[in-house]
Amino acid sequence: MDEEYDVIVLGTGLKECILSGLLSVDGLKVLHMDRNDYYGGESASLNLIQLWKRFRGNDKPPAHLGSSRDYNVDMIPKFMMANGNLVRVLIHTDVTKYLYFKAVDGSFVYNKGKVHKVPATDMEALKSPLMGIFEKRRARKFFIYVQDYNENDPKTHEGMDLTRVTTRELIAKYGLDDNTVDFIGHALALHRDDRYLNEPALDTVMRMKLYAESLARFQGGSPYIYPLYGLGELPQAFARLSAVYGGTYMLNKPECKVEFNEEGKVSGVTSEGETAKCKKVVCDPSYLPNKVRKVGRVARAIAIMSHPIPNTNDSHSVQVILPQKQLGRRSDMYLFCCSYSHNVAPKGKFIAFVSSEAETDHPEIELKPGIDLLGPIDEIFFDIYDIYEPVNEPSLDNCFISTSYDATTHFESTVTDVLNMYTLITGKVLDLSVDLSAASAAEE
Amino acid sequence: MATAGNKNINAKLVLLGDVGAGKSSLVLRFVKGQFVEFQESTIGAAFFSQTLAVNDATVKFEIWDTAGQERYHSLAPMYYRGAAAAIIVYDITNQASFERAKKWVQELQAQGNPNMVMALAGNKADLLDARKVTAEEAQVYAQENGLFFMETSAKTATNVNDVFYEIAKRLPRVQPAQNPSGMVLMDRPAERTASTSCCA
Repeated sequence: MDEEYDVIVLGTGLKECILSGLLSVDGLKVLHMDRNDYYGGESASLNLIQLWKRFRGNDKPPAHLGSSRDYNVDMIPKFMMANGNLVRVLIHTDVTKYLYFKAVDGSFVYNKGKVHKVPATDMEALKSPLMGIFEKRRARKFFIYVQDYNENDPKTHEGMDLTRVTTRELIAKYGLDDNTVDFIGHALALHRDDRYLNEPALDTVMRMKLYAESLARFQGGSPYIYPLYGLGELPQAFARLSAVYGGTYMLNKPECKVEFNEEGKVSGVTSEGETAKCKKVVCDPSYLPNKVRKVGRVARAIAIMSHPIPNTNDSHSVQVILPQKQLGRRSDMYLFCCSYSHNVAPKGKFIAFVSSEAETDHPEIELKPGIDLLGPIDEIFFDIYDIYEPVNEPSLDNCFISTSYDATTHFESTVTDVLNMYTLITGKVLDLSVDLSAASAAEE
Repeated sequence: MATAGNKNINAKLVLLGDVGAGKSSLVLRFVKGQFVEFQESTIGAAFFSQTLAVNDATVKFEIWDTAGQERYHSLAPMYYRGAAAAIIVYDITNQASFERAKKWVQELQAQGNPNMVMALAGNKADLLDARKVTAEEAQVYAQENGLFFMETSAKTATNVNDVFYEIAKRLPRVQPAQNPSGMVLMDRPAERTASTSCCA
């Protein structure tokens, strides 16, 4: 350990592992450490014993739940957009060869007390019970506009400059009612609150296109894919990439104290009495608590069940968005469910999550509208955690700190953070122009 | 994971063993027929595939090397996941590496799939003068723990192909249907795209 490295990475969460991999591939000498004896940091997937240790204070889960190692319970449940940036990063780095994916069965939205399939195309809009007959036709016209919209082709813009026109103005042109706007904004464009209505419409249109194109990719019932054995596989796969390109891995390293020189720049990291020197440190917020600030909290319920979420067409993996307005909240709530069909639980078992930005100190009460949709549960755990963002100036201290994982249902903001950090660290922009249309799934 | 179909078997094979026991050298000898005296610690390529024909089947091995993550006991669970076979390598001139090999066997028994075919390879068998671990000792250990045992030399090629052939012969011919068979995302050549646009 008494060596000099270009970069020391602390924490093996997904963001840190992607960066470690990218930097090793660039030829930098990387040391990657974690205080835990497992990969994944905050974004790990836990087995049953780890889950019981964390939430029940003992390592004795009841036997009827099955074998501990058959469980991979995500601590940060998210799905991957089939056409999204994480898939681009996986293909760009060739890390896909370590992973198996399956499409997610369903994508639903909560509306007026009921759970409905999210209509994503003009054809689906016509069939959806979410809208009345005239509203369907209006929505279909809007969906066709979005599908045809091409940023580089003004002919498709119908005379509107979407960098100036607000989403509210664009929607008004099609005369959609508030109910339709609610599911389009929250379940298709995946906005978490209503600020987007007063922002330029381009972002919402591009989000809707990402959803529709992702949905078309694998002919599943949703735009999402998810790795077999859970999200904890992702950091492990990127860590392997880093190791293959010479990165050194040390787990179970207590303390990991970042050392600074008299100018306040990083000089190394000390653990167990040994100091490794380095020029730069990349880490999650927990390793440099003095250089981050709290910006929010996420409330989460984790349930083990023996059935799919009711009214989701028997989906063995599913997302249900509960738009804020439907619940009288400031931010959305969402349900996330995976099961033995993605190898995250033993046969017949389902893992469901209810998540939201926390607006109170009582997740049990706050998350109740979501929990009520789950039906009977075998076990339930509640978690509430803080979200941090860095406040340091990386050009002054050479510390590159990731932002905590937010409450979004997918990885787009995660990858944006990683790409920005990569540019700050290396001065380069990662070229992700992989040919997504040529990337397809091979059945194994 | 090993999947059978028309007697074409795909099998993930993992290598385990102490740093310097010769894991990468064994693979390079098997896959490329090469041997390098002072093989650098594994960098850049830790994923090989090689196809072997045995009597009744064609076995395509996907071989995973440790990529150095064993050095500080930081191998990820993903490494063992779905492995149909493992070769645990030790150096016959180094007693400590044999003791470590036993630890890896325990690790596999705890983490790996219960039907995994496990081979114990006493490598550097060309260095007879420096031998510290007897073949008898290793043979007894292997038998007691359900492994098969061979002494190998990546340098002279002795028994290297034989280990892989023996594994290929022992792999179960009929695997229970994997639940579920997932998909691998691939950067496919463009010619495929024409056919995917039909019913999206």
